Amino acid sequence: MRYIISLLVLVLFCSCSSKQQDDYVPVPYTLNMPPIFEQKLAPPFIPSDNPLTAEGVALGKKLFFDPILSGTRTQACAHCHRPQDGFSHAFQFSEGANGDLGTRNSMPLFNNAWNYNELFTWDGKEFRLENQAFEPVTNSIEMNGNWTTIEQLLNTHDDYPELFRKVFGNQRIDSTMVVKAIAQFQRILISGNSKFDRYLLGETTLTPQELNGFNVFMAENKGDCFHCHGSDNNPLWTDNDFHNNGLDATFTDLGLGGVTGDPNDNGKFKTPTLRNLVFTSPYMHDGRFATLEEVIDFYSEGLQNSPTIDPLMKNVKQGGAQLSTSDKADLKAFLLTLTDFDFIRNPDFNK
Amino acid sequence: MRKITLLLFSLILLNCNGLQDLEEATVTLEFTHNWDGDLVDSSTFGDFNYRTANGENTSIERLRYVVSQLQFVGNTGINFSPKTYQFVDVGNGFGLSLNIQDLIPGTYEIRFRFGFSNADNQDGVYQDLNSASFNVPSQLGGGYHYLQMDGKYKDPNQNELNYNFHVIRAVNTSNVGFPEFVDTSFAVNLGSVTIRNDATVEIQMNIAEWFKNPNQWDLNSLDTNLMSNFGAQLQMIENGASVFSLGAVIQ
Repeated sequence: MRYIISLLVLVLFCSCSSKQQDDYVPVPYTLNMPPIFEQKLAPPFIPSDNPLTAEGVALGKKLFFDPILSGTRTQACAHCHRPQDGFSHAFQFSEGANGDLGTRNSMPLFNNAWNYNELFTWDGKEFRLENQAFEPVTNSIEMNGNWTTIEQLLNTHDDYPELFRKVFGNQRIDSTMVVKAIAQFQRILISGNSKFDRYLLGETTLTPQELNGFNVFMAENKGDCFHCHGSDNNPLWTDNDFHNNGLDATFTDLGLGGVTGDPNDNGKFKTPTLRNLVFTSPYMHDGRFATLEEVIDFYSEGLQNSPTIDPLMKNVKQGGAQLSTSDKADLKAFLLTLTDFDFIRNPDFNK
Repeated sequence: MRKITLLLFSLILLNCNGLQDLEEATVTLEFTHNWDGDLVDSSTFGDFNYRTANGENTSIERLRYVVSQLQFVGNTGINFSPKTYQFVDVGNGFGLSLNIQDLIPGTYEIRFRFGFSNADNQDGVYQDLNSASFNVPSQLGGGYHYLQMDGKYKDPNQNELNYNFHVIRAVNTSNVGFPEFVDTSFAVNLGSVTIRNDATVEIQMNIAEWFKNPNQWDLNSLDTNLMSNFGAQLQMIENGASVFSLGAVIQ
């Protein structure tokens, strides 16, 4: 009888241990919200089916920097979204795992939790951050991976099974878990500590040139940039919407129109944030402008008319806003105040 | 005894009917948009479907606005103020309906304010409107747009030109250093509606009225840079008075 009781106790203990292992509870992760975001912006979007956890974020970071997701095992997400480039890429087009070049410039990745419409990429073809991460992994001119192979590699890896278990429980690792973890990491990439942020918080001052540049940015009869690119009250510096900003009279890349099939959407691309422009050159969806001076000249004198040009590009008839040389210089000085060096240096965001 | 029982049953029955009468209703406000009766929604954006009273063929590509101080004012003295403000973005289909819970059946006047009153038009205080980039630059007094309508029109030579019909609190900056502000928000009273049970109430915006009455709007001379145009802002608000009306009430 004593033996039977001992056996029962042992079975119960083993059962409890096993259950404890199954029921690992990941630690909730709290976003490090910039004060100016808390003051000015609606709360970030964190989907209920993929809450942030410390383990999920850490796993997402490891995957983001791991070439295991590419077909050649040579290219990670971070290859085209480099931390030092504001999680974009310094080249106009990025080289994929097989050496092929893409056709669009790599988008910067930060403050994505505040992309309220949840439409990602230049043409908005991906709804939700989780879905966005699926595409480049298998795209033949990007990472050219194969999810079946990747899942096998992850399931037989020395480290990953335990890391995934802590986030998703005892399940076979699949692609959905991979993109969920990567999305968690992407949602913590927050940039909100630029000189202009500190100015808004009353912690520093701007030079007269920077202040005038801000006025040019906000003035309806000058830059009128604020309608699409945010303002002191929208510190995302993007409206997260899609516009034809007058780059071309005819389109080789339809942008949003290629996704919706609506000709009225042809030539529309997502408004990029103006934060961290120092790091995110070249500019525009196709990286056609290497410098900020080129961008400002374009908006001042280089607009091209087309049927879908945004009505906010109101001076297209005159070629643009016709800014003076000094206003152009001041505008650039202001834009540089949106640089967040802490974001680039943050060890939590780097490999 | 039988009479007493009958009386009790009757009282209970009457009481139940009374409760039923007082059951709270859910009212859905639906914001719809038309051009002199032709439906305007995101599917009609971008097409030159509309002709202004002045004769310009126009398209609409963006239509966003805010109404505030929404009130159901009951004739029994019971009032409901369901929401501080409602932001409507027709292109994205945002804010087109508003559910009002727990409305006690009765007759109500439906009132709201187009835009924000001066007291409510505080700079940067509404996070959702900040996130939607609906702000007005501090150089023009800050606060928020009341309406942003962007599109194109055809000039007499059939050239397509842009217009930005943006309504804000009017500011006269002609006296440098001493801006004069005029509250251009206005009260709207849609009239009385009797709510008997759950209902859908349509609030219509006839966009053509912005260009028609009492000021016939000439887009050839007033198309862009209207936020800083004090006179244009005052005309816009005069035209706005006839824009809203009560539509279908379904219950």
